[in-house]
Formats: sequence, structure tokens, C-alpha cells
Amino acid sequence: MIESAILARPRASRWKRISVDAKIARRFISPIAILLVWQLGSTYGIIPATKLASPATILVTFWSLLASGELLRDLGVSLGRVLVGLVAGVSTGALLALVAGLSRTGDDAVDPVMQGLRTLPYLGMSPLLILWFGIGEFPKLALVAFASAFPVYLTLLGGIRAVDPKLIEAAQAFGLDRWQTIREVILPGALAPALVGLRYALGAAWLSLVVGEQINADRGIGYMIMDARDFLRTDVIVVGLLVYALLGLGTDAIVRLVERRALAWRPSILRESR
Amino acid sequence: MNGGPVRVRDLALSFGESPILRDLDLDIAPGEFVALLGRSGSGKTTLLRVLAGLEQRATGTVDVPSPSAVVFQEPRLLPWKRVWENVALGLRDDSRERALAALAEVELVQRASAWPLTLSGGEAQRAGLARALVREPRFLLLDEPFASIDALTRLKMHELVLALWGLHRPSVLLVTHDVDEALVLADRAVVIDGGRIAAQIEIDAPRPRDQSSPVYIQRRRELLARLGVVPQDLPSTFAWSAA
Repeated sequence: MIESAILARPRASRWKRISVDAKIARRFISPIAILLVWQLGSTYGIIPATKLASPATILVTFWSLLASGELLRDLGVSLGRVLVGLVAGVSTGALLALVAGLSRTGDDAVDPVMQGLRTLPYLGMSPLLILWFGIGEFPKLALVAFASAFPVYLTLLGGIRAVDPKLIEAAQAFGLDRWQTIREVILPGALAPALVGLRYALGAAWLSLVVGEQINADRGIGYMIMDARDFLRTDVIVVGLLVYALLGLGTDAIVRLVERRALAWRPSILRESR
Repeated sequence: MNGGPVRVRDLALSFGESPILRDLDLDIAPGEFVALLGRSGSGKTTLLRVLAGLEQRATGTVDVPSPSAVVFQEPRLLPWKRVWENVALGLRDDSRERALAALAEVELVQRASAWPLTLSGGEAQRAGLARALVREPRFLLLDEPFASIDALTRLKMHELVLALWGLHRPSVLLVTHDVDEALVLADRAVVIDGGRIAAQIEIDAPRPRDQSSPVYIQRRRELLARLGVVPQDLPSTFAWSAA
């Protein structure tokens, strides 16, 4: 296998590295200062623990929740819900985008409905979902699925429509049939925007899970937060929020990793990896 | 496999009201290299598209040898497939070996695993040429393939195309707006104007062609005249007869 020549990365001078480190360090000053003020405010009773726990208490609570296994149990439940909801929502969104993007009839049938539904404030649909499906697991999953379907639908459909018709023509000139053209040209060409859509979908999924789990749940991070409210445990509430944030960051990082691998042919990624 | 001639009769094509091609007859013998010249809008690229089977709305008779293959003006490589995968596109058996062999023919085998967007213009066009050659075409259609590469690379590409044509002997239709390109490469130059064949000039000089030879200069002058360009420095017939 012959690999393309890879340019050597010019080695940063020592001086440059130090100045880069200093730049990064400077960006930590204000967050640390805020944490300090917050901690001092809590210690001296200016911030009551019933309104907001101190950073130190939050850290201790985090460790104890982790050690007792409570946090991991709720985390598992929340992750499971997001996963099931996402798989349902993303596959539905992708399927509908393919139907609308690959046939004119499909476009006429699917797109008006999707564009109409898209404008609904989906978080406001929870009362309706509860009336339809009760207060069990299903309305939570439906909310996540509904939220994540649209970003994937819109970006994948846009991507399919933006594929260069000249490339499609060339593929046909070289004997690819319709199915091969879809697989080799249209889908790879639409992948980049679709992955951006997937990242939006993840954000929407976590957001709707937060709302969904606060409706009526007996497990999950949202339940942990609502339960803590009843006992004025602001430390647990903050831990729950932080866990949501970390989960959001984590899943986003996974998609970006996929992006780097799947879009390795893009000049911007080629440059970065040199 | 059909190694017969290209035969076009009464070809017509219009987009809406405006005719692009009309009453067009064209023959290309097996192994013949024909250059198609014309101004922009003369219909030359449309004719190539009809012969390549990319234009379904034309009327008339079109017989072309098969298989045929096109090299487009922009290389039209799929950016998400490595160079050899682009060459192997649509092949069924031994696609990798055949793609690498074709890349070796265009001297690009060292870039076989590169991504297309990292290729230079000349390299990308050679990849496009390999993608056409790997199909062992009996009819090779070249749509201004050298228009957007620099002059020195273009000269090398001319040599390469001539060498490969000599080796495989497909019929070739080269669409170009470059008179010298036509004169260096082709057996015959066909001028298209207003959607029909306006003139055909046999270029009967042996290859490689000497651009300073009297035959070359004579054919060049004829061709330019057919294209409606009259050089200002034509020696007068008086000067010739006096000599």
C-alpha cells in the first residue's frame, strides 16, 4: 500500500510553547476566581446552602453519590433512554430524509409534513404525550425521538440535495446503477452535513430528556434532581446538572471522533492530522 | 464489445425553442483520432454528451462503439474515495489490480492511495484519464480535458495521450478550443458551428508533428480560417507567385 507523503509538522520553538501555555493558563483565571468567590460566599453564609451548595460540598456529594452507586444507576437509566430515543429518532429522521431526497413523490409526501411538525415546540408537547401514552417510559422516549429526528432529517436532506450533479452524472457515465450511485456518491456526499445534524440531534436529545425525566420518573438523572428538590439538596441538583453537561460533552466528542474518521478525505481534516 | 465506427446521422437536439444540434452527420473510423473544434455555444460539448450517452433527448441515428468512456473537463473524482477507488469505480472483477495498472499507465501509481483533493490539477486529470482507460474503451471521449491545466503540463499530457492512443488504438473524439492541440494530436479536425458540422480538415502530417513544418502551418491557417479567424500576417498570393 502506498501512502501519500505526509508533511512533517514544523516543531514549535520552546519560546512559542511557553507563550501558548501562558495563554491557556490565562483563560483559567476568571473561572477559578468565580469558584473561589462562590466558595467564600458559602463559607461565610452569604450564599445559603438551601439556595446553592458550596463547590466543596458539591464535590463531596458527587463522590458519595458515585461511591454509593446511586449516581451510576441513574446515569445508566438516563443513558439508556437517550440511546433508545436517539436510535428511534435518528433512524426515522434519516429514513424520511432519504425518502424525500431520493424521489420527487417522496419529497411531495414527506417534506410538507416534516416542515410543519418542525415548527411545533416539541418540549411543549409533553402534556399531550402524557395523555396519549401515560406517565411511563414511552412519553420520555418519544420526546427524545421527536427532538432528534428533525436535525438529522433537515441536514441529511439538505446534504442529499447539495450533492454535485456532475458527480452523479460521472458515476452514471461509468456504469453505476441507481442503487450504486446512492451508495457511492449521494450518501457519502451528504455525510458531512448529516453528521453536523447528528450533533444537533444529540443536544436536542439531552435537552428533551431533562424535561422528560422531570415529568414523572422514578429513576434517571432528572428524577435525582427532582427528588433532591423536595429535600432542598441543592448540592445533588448541581451534581445532576453537571452530569447532564458532561454527558452532552461526551456524546458530542464521540460524534466528532466519527467525523474525523468518516470525513478523512476533507482538506481541513487532512491539514489537522498532518 | 463493438469495435465498429462511430456513425451519426441526422442528429438534432433542442432545448426549448433554441436548436443546439441540427442535421448533424459525423463518422469516426475505428482507431481514428478526431478533434472537434468550435466556439463556445457551437454545440461541441453537447455533441460529446450525446455520443457519451448522457443526453437522452436527441433525435436521429447514433451508433458508437462500446465500451466507451469519458474524461470530463473537471476530473469529477469522488473526493471521498481514494484515487485508485475512483479509477476502479463501477468495475466488477480484479478492480484494484486493474486500477493500479491503469494508474501505472498514466504514471500516477505513487498517488494511488491519496485523496483526490490533495492532487494537483495535472494529477487529477491523469487520474480521470486512468479511470477512462481502465475500461479498455473502443471509443474515448475527451471533453476539453487539458483546458484547466498549465501549459507545460498540458504538453506532457499530449504526449501521454498520444502514447496511450498508439498503444490501445481506440477511436477518440477530443473536444477542444485549442487549434494547436487539435493539430498536434488529431488525424482530422472537425469544426462545428451553429449545431452542425461546418468543416472537416484532414491533418496528414506524421507524428510527432513539427509545428514549424509547412504542412502544419498550412493546416493551421486553414483551420483558423474555418473558425472565422483570419490571421493578419498571411503572405499574399502575389508574394508566393513572385517567388
